[in-house]
Amino acid sequence: MRSEPRPRSFYVLAAIFALFVLFLYGPMSTVVILAFQGRDGGLTFPMNGVSLHWFTDLFQPQPIGDIWGAFDRSIRLGLMVMGLTVVIAFLAGLAFRRRFRGSSALFYIAIASIIMPSVVVSLGIGSLFELLGVERNWWSSALGAHLTWTLPFGLLIMFAVFNRFNPSYEEAARDLGATGWQGIRFVVLPIVAPSLIGVALFGFTLSYDEIARTSQSVGALNTLPLELQAMQTNITTPIIYALGAYTTALSLLVIGISLGLVAIFRWRQRRHGSDAGRGLV
Amino acid sequence: MTGVKSWLSYLQAGPMIVVFALFFLLPIGLVVVVSFFDYQTYDILIPDFTWQNYEDVFTASVTYRTYLITLKFCLIVWLLTLLLGFTIAYFLAFHVRTTIWQVVLFLLCTIPFWTSIVIRMISWIPLLGRHGLVNQALQAMGLVDEPQEWLLYSEFAVIVGYVHLYTLFMIVPIFNSMMRIDRHLLEAASDSGASGWQTLWFVIVPLCKPGIAIGSIFVIAMVMGDFVTVNVLGGGQIASIGKAIATELSYLQFPPAAANAMVLLGVVVLLIMLLMRFADVRKEL
Repeated sequence: MRSEPRPRSFYVLAAIFALFVLFLYGPMSTVVILAFQGRDGGLTFPMNGVSLHWFTDLFQPQPIGDIWGAFDRSIRLGLMVMGLTVVIAFLAGLAFRRRFRGSSALFYIAIASIIMPSVVVSLGIGSLFELLGVERNWWSSALGAHLTWTLPFGLLIMFAVFNRFNPSYEEAARDLGATGWQGIRFVVLPIVAPSLIGVALFGFTLSYDEIARTSQSVGALNTLPLELQAMQTNITTPIIYALGAYTTALSLLVIGISLGLVAIFRWRQRRHGSDAGRGLV
Repeated sequence: MTGVKSWLSYLQAGPMIVVFALFFLLPIGLVVVVSFFDYQTYDILIPDFTWQNYEDVFTASVTYRTYLITLKFCLIVWLLTLLLGFTIAYFLAFHVRTTIWQVVLFLLCTIPFWTSIVIRMISWIPLLGRHGLVNQALQAMGLVDEPQEWLLYSEFAVIVGYVHLYTLFMIVPIFNSMMRIDRHLLEAASDSGASGWQTLWFVIVPLCKPGIAIGSIFVIAMVMGDFVTVNVLGGGQIASIGKAIATELSYLQFPPAAANAMVLLGVVVLLIMLLMRFADVRKEL
């Protein structure tokens, strides 16, 4: 089957693909390399020695900005958005399995929420809080702004999940006397759990990286991307690269752990091919 | 029975309805309302019904210039991401033979997207800057005598940044469309005597239309509303509509920003409607 020779176009396309990968990774790797710049090194090559100076400097009190406060807020906000996105998108996914009045309107609103230029959403939420006289905060107005961005993606993933979901499992549970809640808790939830981790991952990364919708809705205290954007104009040392390398390593770690969790879930599902009867207290 | 079920549906969809009502519909409605408001230095939102803000938008020559630049960015970035995205998706879907390799190569494309968007923009600075790698290389090769200034903080840098950030949004939906194409169609085309290019143009491209449309909508919406990339890589010289709105907001001029936002929204909706004429996106969802 594999003996068929590859056409010439394969090599051309493979070369284009390789160049694209280089285009994606090139800039990122220069940042990671320059983060190890020596004590006297600047923002560009050549490397002036190799050191961890800028990484240690990162953890000292900073003259400008509040990197760690912003980092802390971004992580907390990301976790809040993640939790809410998983729960709300899962519930809505359950609802969308049946048609209900207004279901297609809700669907189109969700799509509109992705397409809407972020600056418009940001401005709207900013004006809303301004008019109500409520102070804007990262845990209130910015949280809402982030949900308008993460929920549509979560909903689309739930659509994909429930399109492939075989309803006979749940019917079988019902025939055996499971209540609606038991059907969801012991049949639906375990089956879709790996996808929910996907939704969680999406929710967290979209929130952690969000900047346009946050800008007018965050209030006085910045999230990390906004802080970085502000820093970028003032900072003239490789400390910003060290921060970039550090946060990148962190997100790769989080993603690695999540993918590991998915793998464990899958493996357990395969091992305990059946957990029949566990729902019966 | 159906009564109980629809009650349950609303309970389940309820949280999502509440979030969209509070943080999407209400704010967007408010932008419409605020665009007719008046404003002063110390009172940023004065309820009123005036067309003044719209008049200001449409009479300022800077508006047209800014839209022209933004639309130019949009067109160039759309063409580049479409061409690149289609090629990459085509390679992954039709030339990579095993699923495992498809997954591996696909993940390879997505990993950079897990680093912060601002960091990804900043990462162009050591490459394109005055003393950046590209300039060093060009000088070392003797192609230029002095550092090239147009590489960074320029329209070029902004376009490079957009292509870098947004190509994946083209790859994913087009790849998705391609994976749904029945491979027998390609065999049939080739058996009927179609050349490789003819199969590509008359079979694959038409079947990818929904994916192309979805990717295009993403890219167009993101480029039209962007102000962050323009800020970081344009270095203050380059204008865009999103940046104009963001600047007005930083001076707390909410009503003119809202009028500008409504015009922007109108343009984006028009562009998307234009795209929808070419492909039925709903089929894909």
